[in-house]
Amino acid sequence: MRTEALLAALLLAVAGCVPQRLPAAEPEGAAKFGADWESWRADTNVADLASVQRGARNFVSYCLGCHSLKYERWSRLGTDLRIPGQLLEQDLLPPGARATDYIMTGMPAADAKDWFGKTPPDLSLMVRARGRDYIYQFLTTFYVDATSPTGANNLRLPTTAMPDVLSELEGLKGAVFNKGGFDHFEPVAPGRMSLAEYEGFVRDTVNFLDYVSEPTQLERRQLGVWVVLFLLVFSWLALLVKREYWKDVH
Amino acid sequence: MTVKTATGSAAALPKADRGSVGKRFRAWLNKRLPVDEFLASQVTEYYAPKNFNFWYYFGSLALVVLVLQLVTGIFLTMFYKPGEATAFDSVQFIMREVDWGWLIRYLHSSGASFFFIVVYLHMFRAFLYGSYKPPRELLWLLGMLVYLALMAEAFMGYVLPWGNMSYWGAQVIVNVFGTIPGIGPDLVLWIRGDYGIADATLSRFFSLHVAAIPLALLLLVALHLVALHQVGSNNPDGIEIKEKVGADGHPLDGIPFHPYYTVKDFVGIAVFLVALAIVVFFVPTFGGLFLESPNFEPANPISTPADITPVWYFTPYYAMLRAVPDQRLGALLLLLAIMAFLFLPWLDRSPVKSMRYRGWMSRSALAIFVVSFIGLGYLGMQPALGIYVIIARVLAALYFLFFLLMPFYTSLETVKPVPARVVYHAH
Repeated sequence: MRTEALLAALLLAVAGCVPQRLPAAEPEGAAKFGADWESWRADTNVADLASVQRGARNFVSYCLGCHSLKYERWSRLGTDLRIPGQLLEQDLLPPGARATDYIMTGMPAADAKDWFGKTPPDLSLMVRARGRDYIYQFLTTFYVDATSPTGANNLRLPTTAMPDVLSELEGLKGAVFNKGGFDHFEPVAPGRMSLAEYEGFVRDTVNFLDYVSEPTQLERRQLGVWVVLFLLVFSWLALLVKREYWKDVH
Repeated sequence: MTVKTATGSAAALPKADRGSVGKRFRAWLNKRLPVDEFLASQVTEYYAPKNFNFWYYFGSLALVVLVLQLVTGIFLTMFYKPGEATAFDSVQFIMREVDWGWLIRYLHSSGASFFFIVVYLHMFRAFLYGSYKPPRELLWLLGMLVYLALMAEAFMGYVLPWGNMSYWGAQVIVNVFGTIPGIGPDLVLWIRGDYGIADATLSRFFSLHVAAIPLALLLLVALHLVALHQVGSNNPDGIEIKEKVGADGHPLDGIPFHPYYTVKDFVGIAVFLVALAIVVFFVPTFGGLFLESPNFEPANPISTPADITPVWYFTPYYAMLRAVPDQRLGALLLLLAIMAFLFLPWLDRSPVKSMRYRGWMSRSALAIFVVSFIGLGYLGMQPALGIYVIIARVLAALYFLFFLLMPFYTSLETVKPVPARVVYHAH
């Protein structure tokens, strides 16, 4: 019940987001927005269940249209994220999908290749392959680029085939380049979220992808504490036995 | 359960000799299989020097890792599916859907790195105390064959998950064989079984990894142990304990391997398992050193990883391969770097074995060698650019000078007198 209420509240929160502007052009001398994008960190915690749950919702709403998680089953997601079966079927499962199915996009791969030039990659292992910060920076450095077929470009992955699908939330931003390359972002059009809300949205999404990349990681760390403690005690006992025997050696 | 008589009172059974069945079975068995004789000669009456120190844990640890790799490997083989289309997916299936599959896989992948950590420390011990010197030359050579088999085993095992680094690593390493004059290109084709690293390559590497090389490894390890027990263990003082025998015919400075070293090695094993568990449970990728990030993407022949680097235990040799502009020369250097170890027993002319009694030249040479090996290992993970290549060349030169100059510095230096008996302080 608590989880259901939490998810419902979260869904409402997103639906009710009041459109807010990106930070207005900042005064001269202040830090330019985006200048330090390469040092932006995802800073997520996969043990934060609520965040991973929000990320799952974000994924289903915004990513699943094109990207699959082909190694993760819906039922596994439900169990690990403590989402009740009914809620899982009602709010997350696509029509026609069964809980035991793998999380697959409905978009046919061949069509996707025609439309985008390449099939959108499976995201099951993306965090392990590229790292959390990479995906965080990727999702926060889209900018308007009239020369690109999708109208968008990206700092983390220049000439990306992916359109700026999150612009309705983040808003549109332009990139200002100088001689040395990228300088800073400037707001073009507002989205439905404030900057802080959008950063939270991306963090949750990255956190969810972190979970998916290794669903057993929490169990691994929790179990590890006991295994290591046991082995330390075992080592100590082994040492006592050794000392007892070696008393004879002179 | 008590046995009762017909009247219902407890029966007074003849006092059975409780050990008799066991004893009789043991006698029966020993008549047919020399179990007791073997255990006595190899364990309970195998006398090892009493002054073993920290460096002497790594032999038994290597055996422990070998068993760990065999057992986890058997379980992985139950679910792993060799084949271009299935290998990567089956590893993810093991990681996610097989009960405890993630643990078995991490034990195996971390075990591979720990195998090399343990083996490198085991080899360093031999450098430190001259364990390769007569009468242990063959023991050393057999150990080197184990090391070569281990390298082959690790390389082929690394290809099996069929990640992008598996693919490109295999591409680079197999192509090294292509530099052999004349037969190179045909040899590469023969190894791969196809015109590129492909399904045929993966299948044969699987076969070699799970059957051929483990069998060779077990045989070589067995021979290594037989040779060890034939000549007896060296020790930190480099003194032959068999030369000072007591009235009972046993070496004065020796103690039975069992129970003394079995209980001692148990401590080593326990502490080793703590280290292994910390890696397996908390840092299984070890920051990309034990499991590399590009290997979480499936093999892709049209997408080369930004930097192709082998796993850390091969990087010293890889750095040497890349330090030379000519590919053929680089491959030759790589071969010589590995082969140099084989000549050690005949390059070392020192009258003493242990570094404890050697002069400053041997000590400095060993220190420089260790620095060059670790330095090359680091450089092998960096892009082969600018200053890195120059440093790699300097370190490669030092690496080879260690071996080439050994006959001179080991015979020129003055050594300290070696005591008649081992140095041992009871704890």
